[in-house]
Amino acid sequence: MKEVRSEMAGVVFRVLVQVGQEVAAGEDVVILESMKMEIPLSSPQAGKVGEVRVAVGDFVQEGQVVVTLQ
Amino acid sequence: MKGGELADLRRGLMAGGAEKYHRAAAKTGKLFCRARLELLLDEGSLVEDGLFVNAAAGDLPADGVVTGTGTIEGRPVAVMANDSTVKAGSWGKRTVEKILRVQEVAGRLRIPLIYLVDSAGARITDQIEMFPGRRGAGRIFYNQVNLSGVVPQVCLLFGPSAAGGAYIPAFTDITVMVEGNASMYLGSPRMAEMVIGERVGLEEMGGARMHCTVSGCGDVLVSKEEEAIALCRHYLGYFPQNSGEAPPAAAPRSPGPGRSITDIVPESPNVPFDMKDLIEALVDEGSFLELKALFAPEIVTGLARLEGRVVGIVANQPRAKGGVLFIDSSDKAARFVALCDAFRIPLVFLADVPGFMIGTAVERQGIIRHGAKLISAISEARVPKISVIVRKAYGAGLYAMAGPAFGPEAVIALPTAEIAVMGPEAAVNAVFANHIEAIEDPEERRRFIEEKRGAYRDDIDIVRLASEQVVDAIVPPEELRWEIVRRLGRTGGRETSRPDRRRGVQPV
Repeated sequence: MKEVRSEMAGVVFRVLVQVGQEVAAGEDVVILESMKMEIPLSSPQAGKVGEVRVAVGDFVQEGQVVVTLQ
Repeated sequence: MKGGELADLRRGLMAGGAEKYHRAAAKTGKLFCRARLELLLDEGSLVEDGLFVNAAAGDLPADGVVTGTGTIEGRPVAVMANDSTVKAGSWGKRTVEKILRVQEVAGRLRIPLIYLVDSAGARITDQIEMFPGRRGAGRIFYNQVNLSGVVPQVCLLFGPSAAGGAYIPAFTDITVMVEGNASMYLGSPRMAEMVIGERVGLEEMGGARMHCTVSGCGDVLVSKEEEAIALCRHYLGYFPQNSGEAPPAAAPRSPGPGRSITDIVPESPNVPFDMKDLIEALVDEGSFLELKALFAPEIVTGLARLEGRVVGIVANQPRAKGGVLFIDSSDKAARFVALCDAFRIPLVFLADVPGFMIGTAVERQGIIRHGAKLISAISEARVPKISVIVRKAYGAGLYAMAGPAFGPEAVIALPTAEIAVMGPEAAVNAVFANHIEAIEDPEERRRFIEEKRGAYRDDIDIVRLASEQVVDAIVPPEELRWEIVRRLGRTGGRETSRPDRRRGVQPV
């Protein structure tokens, strides 16, 4: 799984990584706000960030890719 | 028949199928079905029925299934174990009859029934005798449904359970699956390719991990058969022999070492924390047995002990999807509530819930219908229920967590708790949207919103709610365990009554 997907619908509250950054497995990469809760989205595996596909304030659907890994 | 002949015959029958099938099974980490039973049951306790069934056929020892009774920790149980070395554990007419009879034994003796499943399904060559009739395979499922809520039924899935056979695990209280070997599907990958043109592997179609994470058909995923067997023995220790008895008590234990509840629960209602830390801080050390841990993790369900007394825990998990309720989490909790209610296990709800998920995606999935299942299960549960509001219970989330209207013994709030139709942010938006839009100066707008949110917070303040008799007690975190223990102790297993009717029409 070379990507991080949103596990539920919501609005991007914070983006914690940049393109090229190394992330560890389980590290949070994006925080969503949904149902008034902060929902951290974490990387399923270690790797280097390839693309950041969302920006703060974007609406994302469940299952949407937010970050890809190289 | 001479004595020596009998001994030879028995030895032959107890050896199961041909040696090559034993070797093939061992290569994939599978134990022989009799070895499984030896691990499951107290030593030497198996009393077998039907060892000689189909002995005349020569190559079908016990007709591919071992049935009988034994004991676990001295308590009697009935067992059925497929022998995958005999025609891949497939079912002939007599196999089905043996399974039916052991179900009848469990019902008659009112003892738990454990299904050790490892079967290719129907013997197609025998279908007229074993499939459609009054005592055909369908009767197994009919019996399972009628035994449900009478005695505990456990399925340990060691291999395939295919087509019709896949309903055995579906109708038991709990199904434990061994990763890599267990599978469950109506149509095999080969059949799917032939009939609908789909090309897919067995694991993806019906593997243990898929069922324990996605479909929800599996309750516990284990890596080895021995683990599955140990888990079954442990699980049954929380249950009475039948629904007429009380769950067995154990010696009380203090919670294990760890952080205090004050340290575990963040003050802000929006920040995630691990609900399992709170559960561990509440229950007797080492007693928490989580069920369906990998499925819909936004709600946690499991059995535990409080001062030795068995309880069922239903808790929102803010760390997964913010603890919001979805269709799967609703189904998971509804079924767990039914399991506990069936066997007289009191329920403790730990509410930290922003509500049911909203949006088009979940409306199309029928979030209302699924949520109704959970609320219905809680309304129907007759066991004592205690609802603890940890930080928040918003909207129908309050109903889903046995809030005041659902007959709990008590609703207990921690000082951090909020109860409301919705959170302050959403509420201010809902009530004052037009007004807010009309304010042009951003600074003034911000001030207005803050002021209204503050007023709203005061309105849903927990002392106010206690003052209005919505919650029965506000308890400091360090007193929560004893508060629950003492309140459950007072119930003495008392049950609420049920309306006089044939049955309700259940939302599904």
